[in-house]
Amino acid sequence: MLRLECPWCGPREEPEFHYGGQAHVVRPEDPGALDDAAWGAYVFLRDNPKGVFAERWVHASGCRRWFNVLRDTVTNEVLAVYRMGEPMPVIMASGRAGEEGAP
Amino acid sequence: MELARVLFGRSTVARYSLWSLARNALSHQEDWPRQWRSPEPAEHYDVIIVGGGGHGLATAYYLAKEHGITRVAVLEKGWLGGGNTGRNTTIVRSNYLWDESAALYDKSLTLWEGLSRDLNYNVMLSQRGVLNLAHTLPDVRAGRRRVEANRLNGIDSEWVEPARIARICPILDISTSRRYPILGATWQARGGVARHDAVAWGYARAADARGVDILQTCEVTGIRRDRDGRVSGVETSRGPIGAPTVGIVAAGHTSVLAAMADVRLPIQTRPLQALVSEPIKPVIDCVVMSGAVHVYVSQSDKGELVIGAGIDAYNSYAQRGGFHVLERQIAALTELVPITARLRMMRAWAGIADICPDASPIIGATPVPGLYINGGWGTGGFKATPASGWLFAWTLAKGEPHPIAAPFSLDRFTTGALIDEHGAAGVAH
Repeated sequence: MLRLECPWCGPREEPEFHYGGQAHVVRPEDPGALDDAAWGAYVFLRDNPKGVFAERWVHASGCRRWFNVLRDTVTNEVLAVYRMGEPMPVIMASGRAGEEGAP
Repeated sequence: MELARVLFGRSTVARYSLWSLARNALSHQEDWPRQWRSPEPAEHYDVIIVGGGGHGLATAYYLAKEHGITRVAVLEKGWLGGGNTGRNTTIVRSNYLWDESAALYDKSLTLWEGLSRDLNYNVMLSQRGVLNLAHTLPDVRAGRRRVEANRLNGIDSEWVEPARIARICPILDISTSRRYPILGATWQARGGVARHDAVAWGYARAADARGVDILQTCEVTGIRRDRDGRVSGVETSRGPIGAPTVGIVAAGHTSVLAAMADVRLPIQTRPLQALVSEPIKPVIDCVVMSGAVHVYVSQSDKGELVIGAGIDAYNSYAQRGGFHVLERQIAALTELVPITARLRMMRAWAGIADICPDASPIIGATPVPGLYINGGWGTGGFKATPASGWLFAWTLAKGEPHPIAAPFSLDRFTTGALIDEHGAAGVAH
């Protein structure tokens, strides 16, 4: 069982949360302008890395707010938790979250 | 030995029979030859299969048997059948809803029924029947619909009422006062279980006998492409190996391998757990599945109850899952079968399942010429092992999909022609 740190409520156990899949997937500005391949890629294709993954969680049994988590999908280590709208932290070689990151 | 191989087109693997069993009894069963060779990798093959589980070995076997392609290597990073082939709950059935899936899984069940004889290897197929319980009115409607769809596709499937369920599986609590009363069930008598390890070993031995090289502890670390972007081979932990055709059959790592050739897939990888109880006397002689309370259970020949759990909520390659998922499974089992309340559990484990958005597999070509994928079987690939190999071998040999495999192409995620089998998949995800 994972223990996640909700940015608003603090550390809680996994059953309080629901999973939201890959983070930072941006909805296309003008879906009508896309061809089938591009729209299919937006709807169905997701990263599935063996390693660091940026993903969304919602504190469903708590504050019901969404947030992002950087987690290693092999070790399940949570490397960073950050709020919606905040840039993804840069992960250092040491596996610790740095100060700044790309949006 | 080589002469025999030239003469008979196969290595001198002992054929299993009552006679060979009796003869080897005279030497205390100590003189059996190895079931397959462990050759050094050749520089070049006609086809490379990445993944030495049931599906990969079946693909190699049918490439050799049905299409006469024997310059084939199966590359396995660990040991044969050490991934999801060795981690499932061994259930075999074909009662899927849509025509496309019905054709696929019933092809598989038909192959299962002749498999032990075909491979000369006892895969211990036990067609003990599969019950799929309905606990709510929507469950009943979905189940009845699936039964009718199955029958239109020629699949043995019937709707059974609680009184008959009690005769099929007496330990189920069919009283109407339960929180999740059993209102009916689908019943597929041809369904059942098979011995998972034997499936991998049987296919490995039969493929090896036809000249396929099985290379264990040989991990693929890269996919080579020539200047035109065509596949030309793979990089491995035992050096580069060339081949114009590479098939990825690596459940749990389909995305990782496809990424080596810059192919993105609509697959998410999640842990799927199972557990077994202490062995007890026979109490259940069929397979019982319930989507609503969510548990599926059968009893092994050793007497253990084999219990399947749900998937964990998040992507993971860890081959382990959360304890709270197991706890829910046990709660569901004791609700369904109250006599298990004091049963002790012996072992729990997890496989990692590659799940597609429509709970159906991907069998076919990728945008990279020469690179093919057979994966995304999600939580229910074991039952499909024979057909998966048979259809994928056809696809690799002819460069075009078999009609049964054609609907399961990767481009359905562009055309939108999904094959939604979340209802029949058995495991909620």
